[in-house]
Amino acid sequence: MSASPVYLDAATAAPLHPVARQAMLAALDDGWADPARLYSAARRARQLLDAAREAAAQTLGVRADELSFTPSGTAAAHAAVLGGLAGRRRAGATLVHSAVEHSAVLHAAQRHTAAGGAAVSVPVNRLGRVDLDAWASAVAAPGVALAALIAASHEVGTVQPVPAAAELCAEAGVPLYVDAAPLAGRAPLPAGWSVLSASAHKWGGPPGVGLLVVRKGARWESPYPADERESGRTPGVVNLPAVVAAAASLRAAAADAAAEAARLGPLVDRIRARVAAEVPDVEVVGDPVDRVPHLVTFSCLYVDGEALLHALDRRGFAVSSGSSCTSSTVRPSHVLEAMGVLSHGNVRVSLHRETTEADVERFLAELPGIVADLRAQAGVTDL
Amino acid sequence: MLDCRGQRCPLPVINLARLVPGLPAGAVVRVLADDPAAAVDIPAWCRMRGHEFLAAHDGPAYDVRV
Repeated sequence: MSASPVYLDAATAAPLHPVARQAMLAALDDGWADPARLYSAARRARQLLDAAREAAAQTLGVRADELSFTPSGTAAAHAAVLGGLAGRRRAGATLVHSAVEHSAVLHAAQRHTAAGGAAVSVPVNRLGRVDLDAWASAVAAPGVALAALIAASHEVGTVQPVPAAAELCAEAGVPLYVDAAPLAGRAPLPAGWSVLSASAHKWGGPPGVGLLVVRKGARWESPYPADERESGRTPGVVNLPAVVAAAASLRAAAADAAAEAARLGPLVDRIRARVAAEVPDVEVVGDPVDRVPHLVTFSCLYVDGEALLHALDRRGFAVSSGSSCTSSTVRPSHVLEAMGVLSHGNVRVSLHRETTEADVERFLAELPGIVADLRAQAGVTDL
Repeated sequence: MLDCRGQRCPLPVINLARLVPGLPAGAVVRVLADDPAAAVDIPAWCRMRGHEFLAAHDGPAYDVRV
């Protein structure tokens, strides 16, 4: 008997918001032309693009001319880091970043160091929160061009002290890039950044749309060959139907964000409490209070993370894992590693607007037995 | 000495946990483990089980006092 599926991996990709579907279908009919051309179909496309930009900017509280649509959140993160470094190359060649940035930011940092630049990783505590004393001395060091801090951990949910980190950056005269992908459409954005990125499929928009916001006056220079699209910040014609859907769903998600946080926050509290109480030898990680409302991560001692994902999948549960006990990854999650918490048997559960209390209850009812079975199969029950 | 080289996570921690009950209190075990997860998981296991993680060495190797 196969159980009905329960999707609990919104932090990877939230299910498409109904508003996104409607907007995309409308824009497929009306927004197929190239918005840069000078005929009526192009003007209609231009109007859709302008309206999408205006709506997204208004939702995020930024100016429309500060916001560009990119081909993905990853592309936006790459552009934010490499463009922020390029725009400040006369100030120095050092990127300061937290140890728990998204891999897109770390890969951009690797590109920067491979080209002769420097990168300084600032440690986090056991809860995954960046060490502000270490951050202060890292950004105040000579030659820092840019600092990068994720708004909240995408793997464990801990909210980062962005306003305090931004203040330290301002004192040092260093611009701050904030990866807002875990927060956009779910909570108000923190203040104090110069460059920001987000990703539409995290809030219920379609995949293949990212946001790059560069504050007026911020030093940022495109790392790409010249292109006139999107204020020269990202090359190529945008996927207009997807962009329209992204903007419409961002507005809808942000309008419901407070209510959704009030609904999902207690469900995550319940998961945190019940998993800790009902699964033996489990470590629930991340800040229990100062966290994003929809995400919780835990690790089960002696359990193979990949085996756990497969066992959950067989029972109809879709979750993700930061464990490395898989064929595709050699290293465990750099986030769990930086926090110094158990990395194997790891599960990240992330909720969304379609998640019901019954879904969570079914997950909580089945998880202890699934973990116990895996431990029995591995012969580790008595350890 | 416990040689867990070539073992993927969570096997090094499982084998350490199997070895420990037979050791006298205060004994020091050196675990050889080349899986990168061991660097995180052996100290985390010590914390969860109340053992003392002494040090990590090149090799890589990890010293645990039980």
